[in-house]
Amino acid sequence: MKAKRWVKYICTRLFYMALTLFIITSATFFLMNALPGTPYNNQDRLTQAQLDMLNKKYGFDRPLFERYINYLGNVLHGDFGVSLQFSDQPVATLLSQRMGPSLQLGLQAVLFGSLVGVFLGVIAAMHQNRALDVFCSLFAITGRSVPNFVVAVLLQYIFAVTLKVLPIGLWDDGFRSTILPTLALSISPMAESCRFIRTEMVEVLSSDYIELARAKGMSEIRIAFTHGLRNGLIPLITVLGPMTVSLMTGSLVVENIFAVPGIGEQFTKSILSNDYYTIMAVTILFSALLVVVIFLTDILYQIIDPRVRIEGVQ
Amino acid sequence: MSQISQQLMDDSAFVPAQVRREEAEPELPRALSFLEDSWRKLRKNRAAVVTMILLVIITVLAFLAPVISPYDPNEQHLVWKNLPPKWPGVNISGLNGTSTFRGKQVDNYAMANVPEGTCFLFGTDEFGRDLLSRCLWGTRISLTIAFIAALLDLTIGIAYGLTSAMKGGRTDTIMQRILEILAGIPSLVLVVLMLLVFEPGITSIILAMVISSWIPMARVVRAEALRLKQMEYVQAARALGASEVKIALSHILPNISGIVIVRAMFSIPTAIFFETFLSFLGVGMKIPNASIGTLLNSGYKVFKLYPYQMFIPALILCVIMLSFNLFADGLRDVFDPKMKE
Repeated sequence: MKAKRWVKYICTRLFYMALTLFIITSATFFLMNALPGTPYNNQDRLTQAQLDMLNKKYGFDRPLFERYINYLGNVLHGDFGVSLQFSDQPVATLLSQRMGPSLQLGLQAVLFGSLVGVFLGVIAAMHQNRALDVFCSLFAITGRSVPNFVVAVLLQYIFAVTLKVLPIGLWDDGFRSTILPTLALSISPMAESCRFIRTEMVEVLSSDYIELARAKGMSEIRIAFTHGLRNGLIPLITVLGPMTVSLMTGSLVVENIFAVPGIGEQFTKSILSNDYYTIMAVTILFSALLVVVIFLTDILYQIIDPRVRIEGVQ
Repeated sequence: MSQISQQLMDDSAFVPAQVRREEAEPELPRALSFLEDSWRKLRKNRAAVVTMILLVIITVLAFLAPVISPYDPNEQHLVWKNLPPKWPGVNISGLNGTSTFRGKQVDNYAMANVPEGTCFLFGTDEFGRDLLSRCLWGTRISLTIAFIAALLDLTIGIAYGLTSAMKGGRTDTIMQRILEILAGIPSLVLVVLMLLVFEPGITSIILAMVISSWIPMARVVRAEALRLKQMEYVQAARALGASEVKIALSHILPNISGIVIVRAMFSIPTAIFFETFLSFLGVGMKIPNASIGTLLNSGYKVFKLYPYQMFIPALILCVIMLSFNLFADGLRDVFDPKMKE
């Protein structure tokens, strides 16, 4: 019975995920076609004949609906068209080359951010309402308030321009060039997990089994990190997913600031140059990631906490 | 028996008792109204009070920009370009109008032949425009966008959430599916796409932001309304023949106002973030119109040479964001102490 409910739940969710992606793809397609201007460089200097030739080459002379159907069919086969800016490279190849840096930055930022955040959160909970707690809470709310591109710019100014200890940007110095963008991106997961863990730990640290550990004479630090954290950490898994997604979109500007050859930088470049197919592909990619992450988080949440009722299934 | 009842029926049997002042119960303190009670709780939160005062000052200064800004924000003095901040009577490096040029301290104001008494408190930008005036006007635009966006979020979110919760059944299911699909769209990407299609300007920025940001509000309102719908007082109202609209507006809405206010407060800094993000990216407000985002953007372009042009807008942005978040946190503790988020 239970298995049947799960299968039904997952099928319903998968159907809605597919529907969401279909709607997003269609909406982006028609939005792109409403864009002012053309995707060609030097469009002012092109004659009408040249424009017609280019339009014919890329298929822009066909009726809108026919192109729409074609595009949907191609996307289903993994063909996202060719980039109009980068010498007709297939968008899929272009983006897959750029996945690496974005993924690396995202993972490093989530890992580093949540590790430091958890540590600060535990420290804050151990010293509830004392100076260290106030300091950690202030840090958390600052991290939540200050946009990550402002942090990025400040870090760049301090460490690259003034102190000259780290590269100012680009991706050519191995790990050293990933430090500043990672730091900038990790601020918000750090703040989120710090606040989250603090609330959880304050509750956990006042429970009976912690009292028992204390009675046995364990040190406070050992109690907090080995006994308390184990229970406080579980719910954190559920916020890590949305955090990763917000990092992804947040990296749009941060990648630009540090000239990281990632998806975000590609996206900003292509919106400024009307590169239709690339814009659409990135939008679909981001949406697909978001939908999948939301789905996985919901499933994880139910496995971890059976009290959560499966929603959407009556 | 009948005699007693007759006596009771007689009006003259009921004479108001003489209450002696000293024996009367002491007068109870007047019950606090919702607002008074909230204010009393809010006052205890020091951070919330400080940030509230700060926000009031910033808002007043920003909206008085046409009156108090010392210069026209778009007036260019090309000879006076990139002057560092100068405060009359202050002789601290960085605030006295001098800068380090090839290892030597130079007086930029003297070099640009600025008259003796003229001071630019925040310096000037690459076109010689007064940065203080631009910051004031910029804050004004950013705050306007944020306030209107938050108000629209609030209206659409409440209308959608309440309708969904009150109708229930099939309507509710369909409305929730629509929400789920919309929530699957990454909001930053959506906003950028919308701005590519529409002419950039205040209206299109607000609309682009509202398209995605009303969703959490609608969800919160629906969840709360569903809970309150089961309450006895709502059933009582229904039994007495109140219409669904009347129940939604005068019985349920007032009871979710606390949560709604907290949500709305949190959506203001989000809107400010979106605006700066878009303008920084180059798809938001268009130059020469000043907003905090465009100021940051143009400051960033020259930040290696003239860091103050970026630090000042960045500082203003941080103060505003931090104040709104701290104030909203304080409000949340008052209106919704159980909410952990």
